[in-house]
Amino acid sequence: MRLWRKIVKTGRVAEPAPLRDPDAPRPGVAAELAGSVQIRHVDAGSCNGCEVEIASAFGPVYDAERYGARLVASPRHADALLVTGPVTRNMEMALRRTHDAVAEPRLVIALGDCARNCGVFVGAYGVAGAVSDVVPVDVEVPGCPPEPEVIVAALRGLTGR
Amino acid sequence: MNLVGTLFVVALSGCAVAAVAAVLAPPRARLRLAGWCTAGAGAVGAAAGVAAVMADGMTSGVSAGAGQRWSAWLPELLPLAGVRLAIDPLGGVFIAVTGVVAVCAAIYGIGYCSHGLDGRAFQLVLPLFVAAMLVVPAAASVSTFLLAWELMAISSLLLVLAEHRRRAAVGRAGLWYAVMTHFGLVTILIGLVAFAAGAGGESFEQLRAAALSPAAKTVVFLATLAGFASKAGIVPLHVWLPRAHPEAPSHVSALMSAAMVNMGAYGIIRIGLDLLGGGPAWWWLLVLGLGAASALFGILQAVVASDLKRLLGYSTTENLGLVLVGVGAAGFFAASRLPVPAALALAAALLHVVNHAAFKTVLFLAAGSVLHATGTRDLDALGGLRTRLPYTTAAFAVGALCASALPPGNAFVSEWLLLQSLIHALPGSGVAGAVTMPLAVAVIALSAGLAVATFVKAFGVGFLARPRSAPAERARESPPAMLGAMALAVAGCAALALAPTLVVPALGRAVGVVFPGREVVSGELTLRLTGVAGMISPLLIAVTLVAAASIVLGLVRVSATRRARRAARLWDCGAGPISARMEYTATSFAEPLERVFDDVLAPESDVDVTPMKESAYLVERVRFHARVPDRIEHRLYDPLIAAVSAVGRGARALATGSVHRYLGYGFWALTAALIVLVVTW
Amino acid sequence: MSGVVGAVLQVIVIAVGSPLLVGVMRQVRARLEGRAGAGIAQPWRDLRKLMRKEAIAPHGTGWVFRAAPPLLAGTALVVAAVVPLVTTASPLDGVADLFAVTALLALGSVALALAALDTGTAFGGMGASREMTVLALVEPTILVSIFALSIRVGSTSLGSIVTATVEDPLSVISPVSVLAAVALAIVTIAETGRIPVDNPSTHLELTMIHEAMVLEYAGPDLALIEWASAMRLSVLLGLLASLFFPLGISGASTGALALLVSVIALVVKVTLMGALLAAGEVFMAKLRLFRVPELLAGSFLLALLAVAASFFLA
Repeated sequence: MRLWRKIVKTGRVAEPAPLRDPDAPRPGVAAELAGSVQIRHVDAGSCNGCEVEIASAFGPVYDAERYGARLVASPRHADALLVTGPVTRNMEMALRRTHDAVAEPRLVIALGDCARNCGVFVGAYGVAGAVSDVVPVDVEVPGCPPEPEVIVAALRGLTGR
Repeated sequence: MNLVGTLFVVALSGCAVAAVAAVLAPPRARLRLAGWCTAGAGAVGAAAGVAAVMADGMTSGVSAGAGQRWSAWLPELLPLAGVRLAIDPLGGVFIAVTGVVAVCAAIYGIGYCSHGLDGRAFQLVLPLFVAAMLVVPAAASVSTFLLAWELMAISSLLLVLAEHRRRAAVGRAGLWYAVMTHFGLVTILIGLVAFAAGAGGESFEQLRAAALSPAAKTVVFLATLAGFASKAGIVPLHVWLPRAHPEAPSHVSALMSAAMVNMGAYGIIRIGLDLLGGGPAWWWLLVLGLGAASALFGILQAVVASDLKRLLGYSTTENLGLVLVGVGAAGFFAASRLPVPAALALAAALLHVVNHAAFKTVLFLAAGSVLHATGTRDLDALGGLRTRLPYTTAAFAVGALCASALPPGNAFVSEWLLLQSLIHALPGSGVAGAVTMPLAVAVIALSAGLAVATFVKAFGVGFLARPRSAPAERARESPPAMLGAMALAVAGCAALALAPTLVVPALGRAVGVVFPGREVVSGELTLRLTGVAGMISPLLIAVTLVAAASIVLGLVRVSATRRARRAARLWDCGAGPISARMEYTATSFAEPLERVFDDVLAPESDVDVTPMKESAYLVERVRFHARVPDRIEHRLYDPLIAAVSAVGRGARALATGSVHRYLGYGFWALTAALIVLVVTW
Repeated sequence: MSGVVGAVLQVIVIAVGSPLLVGVMRQVRARLEGRAGAGIAQPWRDLRKLMRKEAIAPHGTGWVFRAAPPLLAGTALVVAAVVPLVTTASPLDGVADLFAVTALLALGSVALALAALDTGTAFGGMGASREMTVLALVEPTILVSIFALSIRVGSTSLGSIVTATVEDPLSVISPVSVLAAVALAIVTIAETGRIPVDNPSTHLELTMIHEAMVLEYAGPDLALIEWASAMRLSVLLGLLASLFFPLGISGASTGALALLVSVIALVVKVTLMGALLAAGEVFMAKLRLFRVPELLAGSFLLALLAVAASFFLA
C-alpha cells in the first residue's frame, strides 16, 4: 500500500520527449530495423563513467525505451553493440567475438571519447586501440562521459522515433 | 484345433526349433538361425494372441468364462497333473505383447550378440525364456502356471547372468534377482496351493467356481499379490529391478522390462479379478496404494539416476505402478458397483501395459545401441550422439516422447484414459473414493511431470550437445539388424500413438473377460468413451500440430527477408571456446529436483579435502562424491541382510568340524523330537 | 458453421493480439514505474525487425535446435484453436480436452528445453533444468484443478465446462471455483514465466529460467519464440477468463454480431487481466528459485481442497 501511495504521488517522472534531432547520424541499416533496436552493452575497458550515464539514459527520467531501444541479455538478440571504453588487450578478442555473434543487420555504437579515440588512455600499454580499430563503427557518441541526452539522441537516430 | 491353438503351438515349436538350432548349428550360423527362428516364433505367438483377442466369444453372447477361444488338456505331458492350457482375450493381450517384443528383441540380438554373447548356452536360453513367457498367460491350471512361471524366472536369471565374467556387478545383480524372484515364487506357490486346496481342484475353472471363505480368499489374494508385485517391480519389492536391468544384455532387458514384468500385472488381474471374482474394496485400495507409491518412488529415482539403463529400470517401476493404479481402481470401482468406470480403468491399465511395452522396447534397444557404440551407460559421460548415431537418436527420441506422456505419444492416450476413469468414478464412489481419487490423480500428474523431466534429461543430456568423453566421441552407428529391430519397435509406438482406436476396442474385449458388459470406447478417428462423456483424437491432434507447425514455417518463409542461416560460434560470452566440461550433465540437470524432493530421496554427499603437507590451509586435492541411494533398499533391506548374515555367523560357531559334535547334535535332536512327540501325542 | 468461424476468429485474435497484450503489460509497468513506455505496438515492431534479421545456426546444434521454434509456435496455435475463447463450439473441441491442452503446452516447453540442451552451453542446460523442474511441479496442480472443475460437469471437455458455467453463472462463486481459480492463476504465472517465478526482462543469466533457454536464438527463430510465448500467455489468461468468467462467449449457433461481441469481450477480459498481472508484478520481487516449489505446493493444496469441496459440498 505504501508503494501504491508512492506511485500515485510520484506520477510520471519521464521528461517530455524533446524534438528529434534531424541531423543525428542514421546509417542505412538502421532503416531496416524500423523502430526497434535491441542493444547489447559491451564494456571494453571503460572507467564505468559511461555505464553510469547509460543507466540514467535508460532510467525513468530520460527513458530511452520509449523510442524503441532496449538493453538485452545476449548479443544474439541484439541489433546494436554499445561499446564503451578503449579496447583493452584482454577485451579485443572478446569484442570481435561479440560482434560476430550478432545477426545481420548489425550496428556498432562507440560511446564516449575513450571508445572513439582512446581518450586519456591513448598509447597506454594495455590498450589495443579505439573501437574502430577492432570492429567497424557506425555511430560515435562524443563526451567524457556523454550526457544522457546525447546518448538518447544518438539512439533515437537509430530507431528513427 | 482352431486358429488360435494352431498358431500358439506353432509359436512354441518355433521356440523349440530355435533352441535346438542354438545347440546344433555351427557357431557362424548360430546367431542368425536362432535369432530368426525366435523372431518367427514371436511373430506367430503375437498372431495367436491377436487372434484370441479379435475372434472372441463376446459376439455369441456367452459369459466371460466360456469366452475362451482355445483350450487343451495334455495329461501325458507331465506326471500327476498334466498340462492345461487355455487362451482367452485377456491372456491373448499379454501373449500378443510378449510375441511382438520377442520379435524385436530376437532380431536385435542377431546384431547385438556378435561380440561375446554368441555362445550355445545364451542362445539356447533366450528362446526358452520367450516360450515360458508365452505359456504363462495361457496356463489354465495351478501346476502349469507355476511351472511356466518358474521356467520364466530361471531362464531370465540365466540371461541376466550372461556377462558375469566381464563385470562383477552382474553376479551381485543376479543374486538379488534370484532371491527376489524366488521369494515371489514361494508366496505365489503358497497362495495358489491354498486356493487349490480350498477349491478341491487345480484347474482355473474349478478355482473360478470355488466358494472360499472371505478370510481364505484374503490370504490367497495377499500371498499372490506379494509374489506378483515382486515380479512387476512394485515398491518395496522392486530392488532387483534397477540392478538386474542395467546388468543384463540390452535385448534381454527389453524382454524383461517390456514383457516379463507385465506378467505380474497379469497375475493380479487373473487371480484377483477373474478367479477370486473381485473382493472387498480394501484389497483394491491396497493395490492402488502400492501402484501409486511405486509410480512416485520409481520416477523420483529415475529422475536423479545418471545410469541410462538404471533410469529405464526405475521408469519400469513407475509405469507398472501406473498400471496397478488402473487395476486397483478397476477392482475398487467394481467393489463399489460402478461397472462403467471399472471397465474403463481396466482398459486403461491394459492399454498402458501395451504402450509401456512398446516404448520401453524402443528405449532399451536404443540404450543397448548406445552401450554397444560407446561402452558406457553413464549419462554424465555421453552426449553428442545425435551426429554419430543418427538412427539410434531418432529412435530414442520417439521412445522418450512416448514415455513422457505428451501428445502425440502413446502413453498420453493411456494416461488420459486412466484419468478419465478416475474422474468419472468420483461422484459414486463414497468417502473412500473421494479421498483416494484426487490423490491418485495427483500422483499420476506428478509422475507424468517428473517423467517429462526424466526423459528430457535422458535424451537431452545423453544424445544432444557435445560428447563428454572420448568413447562418446568415437561412437559408431550400430549394425543393420539392431537398427531394423529398433525401427520395428518405433513403428509399433507410432501405430499405438496415432491409432489407439484400433487397439482399445480389442482391449475392451479382454476387459470383458473380467467385467462382462458393453464396449468401453467407440469411434474410428476419435476415441469416444461409451457410458460417460469424454473423447479425444490423438490422430487429429498430431495432424493439427503438424499443420500448425507447417503454417508457421510457411509464414516465416514468406516474411523473412534473409533466407540463409549463418553458422556461428556458440555464444561463449566472448571468452575462449566452450568445452564439454562446461556442459550441464545429467547430475546437474536433476539437481533442482533433487533439492526439492530432498526429504524423500535423502541424497548423500561427502567432501574429502586433502591438505598439503606444508600447511593445513593449502589444499592439494578436493574430492566431491554424491549419490542418491535407493532409500527403501537402504532402510529395509540392509538391516534385513545384516540380520541374516549375523544369524549365519552365529551358526558358524555350531559347526566346528568335529565329527563327534555333529553326532552329538543328531542324538540330541532325535531325543528332543521323541520327547516332543511323547508329550504332545 | 459459427463454430468454425469462431475458432478461426479466436486463432486470429490471439495470433495478432498477443504481442499487443505484451505491449500493454509493458506499458502498464512503465507507467507505474514513472516511465513513458514504448507504446503497445512495440512488441510487433520488435517481431517485424527480427523477421528481417538473419537466422543463426550455432556450431554443434542440429535438427532439435531448428525444430523447436516452429513446434513451440505450432502448439500455441493449436491450443488457441481448441480452447473456448470466442466460441464454445470449436470444431476441434472433440479432438482435445483440458488434459490435452495442458499436455500440448508442456510439449512446447519440452521442445524448447531440448533445444537449449542441444546448444551444449551451461546457460542452456541451466534454463532447461529449471524449466523442467517447474513444469514437473506445475503439472499436478493443473490436473487436480481440472479434476475439480470437471466433476460438476461430468466431463473434461472444455466446451462443456464453459457452457455449464454460462448456463449457471452463480456457480462461479462456489468454493470449488474460487479455490480452483486461485490455484490455476498461480500455475498460469508459473507456466508463462512471470514474476514471482521468473522475470521475463532479466539480464542476469543466473536468475533466468525461460530466457536462459533462448539465449542462442536470433532473427526469425527468436521472433517465433517471442510470438509463441506471447500467445501462450494470452491463451492461458483467456482460458482462465473463460473458465471463471465466461461472459459474452458465444455458443453453437450464433450470428455474426454475437461473434463480434464475443471477440470484444475476450479482448477486454484478457487486457484487463494482463494489466492486473503487470501491475501486480510491480509490487513483487522474484522469488528465489528454491522457494518456488513452496508456492507451487501451496497452489497444489488449494486445488486439492477444491476437489474435496466439490465432493463434500455437492
